[in-house]
Amino acid sequence: MKGWRLARVILIWAALALAIGAPIAIAAGSELLAWRGPVYILAGFAGIVALGLVLVQPLLIGGYLPGLSAYRGRRAHHWIGGALALAIVIHVAGLLITSPPDMIDALTYSSPTPFSPFGVTAMWAIFAVALLALLRRRLGLRPRTWRYVHMPLAIVIVAGSVVHCLLIEGTMETISKAALCALVLAATVKVMIDLQVWRKRRTLRGESIARQ
Amino acid sequence: MTAVVFNRRNLLAAGGSVLATGLLTSGVSGLLLPARASGLAPTESMSGGANNYRKGAPVVERIGKGGFWMSGTVRRAGDGAPLAGQRIQIWAHTVEGQEHEPQSHGATLTDKDGKFRLEMPQIIPIFGQPHGHLAYDSGEFKTVFLRPVMRSAKETSLEAHFVLQPA
Repeated sequence: MKGWRLARVILIWAALALAIGAPIAIAAGSELLAWRGPVYILAGFAGIVALGLVLVQPLLIGGYLPGLSAYRGRRAHHWIGGALALAIVIHVAGLLITSPPDMIDALTYSSPTPFSPFGVTAMWAIFAVALLALLRRRLGLRPRTWRYVHMPLAIVIVAGSVVHCLLIEGTMETISKAALCALVLAATVKVMIDLQVWRKRRTLRGESIARQ
Repeated sequence: MTAVVFNRRNLLAAGGSVLATGLLTSGVSGLLLPARASGLAPTESMSGGANNYRKGAPVVERIGKGGFWMSGTVRRAGDGAPLAGQRIQIWAHTVEGQEHEPQSHGATLTDKDGKFRLEMPQIIPIFGQPHGHLAYDSGEFKTVFLRPVMRSAKETSLEAHFVLQPA
């Protein structure tokens, strides 16, 4: 029984490592890299890593990753959220250095590329969540209020990131990219169903019922 | 005998009718304009078309080592007459350099049929799309920047067509 539990723990973590590691490894073998400068390459991989972190977030908060207590899962969710914001800053800054006019078009929603507005919208949603998370205590946001703010933004982040990524023709290989996107969507839908995020009152993993 | 008296009221009325006439004529000519251009409407610049443009790319036989063909036509708005000797500037992110680098830029002239064709290095995807840039910026006609996208990164040619209107 104990052996099976350990095997399950290893299997889940290995699957997560594969889901994120494989797309990165395959992209690292892309022939397009030969014609890109180091800053552009860094920017691209920051984007791929960011998508991987978007997968980790719902898994952590849903408690699907074994070996992490609810408390540790939450702490990790906070830190990974910060890392996600940082990855996006590197992604955008790197692209801005690589081709300023293209990045400015994207940021001003006047880009000819259909994927840009999705990415930029997801970026603002990520920054908004990160900022609100930092100020959450100072603003005195109750858990319920926080959830009402965070959930729509989380949906924007997931949907925006997935569409952004799928429409891009770049270093990511098609199948591993689609698989990662599918996992991101599946994890998000699952956590939202499991935690019943739209119910007005409920108990969330040991957290007391939202104060009235 | 009739005395023409200008007071404020008929002045306003006269002014109003002049204004109305002006609006009407401009409105009518506005309606007529598309009819006149029904032959061939001018090409609008594409968004992002001017990105990484470098003024005055030299006319060249070929950009870099070649292997990829950029071609198209240049015609006059309205009657669609081919425009010969027009200078078209071309640049892209290729296997030999990034978009903003000088070696990625070149120009060519249209032949007597208004056609142009310039060999350049293979275009590769940049910023998520395999695309090229073309510019008409010689002054005689209105400046146009195009940014055609390849259907697939594996293609070895790309077309862009200009319909120019007088500057």
